[in-house]
Amino acid sequence: MQNKEAIVIGGGPAGLTAALELLKAGASVCLIDRNERLGGQLTKQTHMFFGSEKQYASHRGIDILEILTNSLGKYGNKLEILTETTVVGMYRDKVLSCVSGDKFFKLQGEKIIFATGASEKALPFENNDLPGVYAAGAVQTLMNEYGIKPGEKVLMVGSGNIGLIVSYQLMQAGVEVVALVEAADRIGGYLVHASKIKRLGVDILTNTSVKRAIGKDSVEAAEIWELDEQWQGIEGSERTLEVDTICVAVGLAPLTELLQQMGVNVKYVNELGGNVPILDEQYQTSVEGVYACGDLANIEEASSAMVEGRIVGINAARSLGRSVENADFRIKALRHELKDLRGGPPGDKVRKGLKKLGVAT
Amino acid sequence: MIEKNGVPSMNQVKAEFPTQETLAKPKAIIECYKRIPCNPCETSCPFDAITVGEDINERPRIDFEKCTGCGICVYNCPGLAITVTQIKGDQAHLKIPYEFTPLPEKGESVNVMSRSGEVITQGTVTKVQAGKKQNKTALIHLSIPKEFLYDAITIEVSYGS
Repeated sequence: MQNKEAIVIGGGPAGLTAALELLKAGASVCLIDRNERLGGQLTKQTHMFFGSEKQYASHRGIDILEILTNSLGKYGNKLEILTETTVVGMYRDKVLSCVSGDKFFKLQGEKIIFATGASEKALPFENNDLPGVYAAGAVQTLMNEYGIKPGEKVLMVGSGNIGLIVSYQLMQAGVEVVALVEAADRIGGYLVHASKIKRLGVDILTNTSVKRAIGKDSVEAAEIWELDEQWQGIEGSERTLEVDTICVAVGLAPLTELLQQMGVNVKYVNELGGNVPILDEQYQTSVEGVYACGDLANIEEASSAMVEGRIVGINAARSLGRSVENADFRIKALRHELKDLRGGPPGDKVRKGLKKLGVAT
Repeated sequence: MIEKNGVPSMNQVKAEFPTQETLAKPKAIIECYKRIPCNPCETSCPFDAITVGEDINERPRIDFEKCTGCGICVYNCPGLAITVTQIKGDQAHLKIPYEFTPLPEKGESVNVMSRSGEVITQGTVTKVQAGKKQNKTALIHLSIPKEFLYDAITIEVSYGS
């Protein structure tokens, strides 16, 4: 078994910045990601980011990934990157079992940072197992990473930022978005994203959901219906849309399974996306030396995940006995960034969720 | 209603416009109707014409005296929520952000869309800026009949390529 100073699990926005801060402080880092390349969701985010300059606002996600990986490149042999490596087991003594190809091995880390992100939530409806029913993230991966169109005519389900952005990106790929349905009575994501697709002719239908997918071997149509105030389908309001793809964007759930394996205390907080680890001021879990950040800790934009990653990286470096320049000042500034990012109406949910979790915002 | 279908009301739209006299010179029209944490419009403006302020969740405010209508904020806005408008005789000149391929060409006649996604008129592309600075958000210059000043927002995208 190999011993590591710091292990970061997940090379998305939070994991990348956590690794960077640890490296900056002189620590050795082993960065593990199950995908072929680092970046997590950044690898397919072709849109410009919101936020401020401090979180690379106005840069596209894919370009931010390049900035971060270029910075990582400066640290040479202090950084070990294990891609196509999946952490499959996690023990209380901070031992990880990993699988890469046909190899199985164990690592132990003095500090372990979890940045495993989230998975997409499914939506129950008749025939939702027909080929042609996708999660929005999968569609985004197909299009933006592999250059594959998922279909020609799409029904998007969900008006959060993912549903809105992926609709726009489908159109950029030359795919028709026939309609976007939203079960709630109003649009969930940023209105600027909604206006961007509406002005190109996409109908956004609130109080509406998908009733069933229709098709023999794959999706040939979607039946949608209106919902009443209790979110129950209204009989007689059904409409059939001719589509070959139904794209589901109904939210994300933090990937806490590994953390739970090692006995970390979690709490179910609806506003944060499901089971989330209970963290202290340092972003440390109930197991000493184990930290969590990014979507795993609470579902938010990648901008916030990058800030959280930095905070965790600095905290973990300090507890390794590494000296971090202006650490207190930087932590304070980063916390202020988070406060800014969460300060407006889009941050209401996260603020409420963190309060339930007992985290000061 | 914008919260339900993504379409701002005409009152909301007009509130973002300066007077038609002011529009003798090009001015940025910022349609950021809901508070979100974002300020590249402010930081990208070389003339300090746009203010979001300390709290990046505030809606941007523009000083039309300072705005030159250069269009830098148009392609720096992550929400593609800014256009530049100018009145020239019986025409309105627009600069709009555009992120589709193929790009329209100078001189091309294009279908102009309203905020609710309907074709409302024809316009002529007068210039296309799509260099390194624009970084894949092209700036399309467009000339349309002035009567569509408050209705025009973008151009039609064709599918099935």
